[in-house]
Amino acid sequence: MEIPYTVEPRPDTGLTNGKIGIWLFLASEVMLFGGLFAAYIMLRVGATEWPQGRTILNVKLAFTNTLILISSSITVLLAWASLVRRDLGKFKLYMLITILCGFGFLTIKYFEYTHKFELGLFPRKSTFLAIYFTLTGLHGLHVIGGMSVNAYLLGPGSKLYETNPEWFTNRVENAGLFWHLVDLVWIFLFPVLYLL
Amino acid sequence: MSSDHGHGADFDKHVNAALGVFVALLCLTCVTVKVAYLDLPTHEAIALALVIALVKGGLVAAFFMHLISERKLIFSVLGITVAFFFVLLLVPMSTSILDHVGHLIVVPHAQAAEPAEHAGHAE
Repeated sequence: MEIPYTVEPRPDTGLTNGKIGIWLFLASEVMLFGGLFAAYIMLRVGATEWPQGRTILNVKLAFTNTLILISSSITVLLAWASLVRRDLGKFKLYMLITILCGFGFLTIKYFEYTHKFELGLFPRKSTFLAIYFTLTGLHGLHVIGGMSVNAYLLGPGSKLYETNPEWFTNRVENAGLFWHLVDLVWIFLFPVLYLL
Repeated sequence: MSSDHGHGADFDKHVNAALGVFVALLCLTCVTVKVAYLDLPTHEAIALALVIALVKGGLVAAFFMHLISERKLIFSVLGITVAFFFVLLLVPMSTSILDHVGHLIVVPHAQAAEPAEHAGHAE
């Protein structure tokens, strides 16, 4: 049995099932990170003292990470645009750059975390560190998840392009939407944790 | 939705707009950091940082996530999500607000035990 409405839109919603599905999933992700941001607000408002992020965290590394994720967002969009223009070679190039940007982000995060641990700055040491590691750790897991999906689409998943390029293009678009959300979350995390 | 794209000039405009947004995001990220080091008072600093982040987030949502040309159903899904988020955020925050206007419930607690007297301690 064929999966319905992967290419042609549903007559009732005017959208493909994949598009509705990914947006519903993104809505749940907004609630997930929204809840943690709300926890941050409550913890900070209720605290007698709260450190300025930049006195503990490395702003230069986080700034670099922000630029990396923003760049990966445009490359994943260009990957999708290449498929719309039926250029598989360009799609693979841009998707590879997107994944490499993800590796770059995680590498920097690795150095950030290990340096904190060397200084004895563990989540249990303070409320600030607890919420910092929770928020950035969960975000990091989402980066890994997004990279895994992108790697599948770059690798074995791209076989679908040979038989149904339209469906494959839609898959890449939907995966790109998830990647943009990962970028969006970091756009808020960076100033909130590192600068304020 | 993908079948609507790829029609030459219109799609090229969309991609070029996204490239413009990319440059804008890079600039706004630099502005975010510069503004943070102005050492404004806390409330102003938070407000300014959030405004810039909202602009950046809005650009990502509108152009990278195609919300600017997306159907109303998606907006409704997102609108309901954001509305529920604010309701859920306001529930715990309202207790904090009530504390600040002085409607605390004071629970009587047991008196602490008298400390033992110290004999002959040096001045």
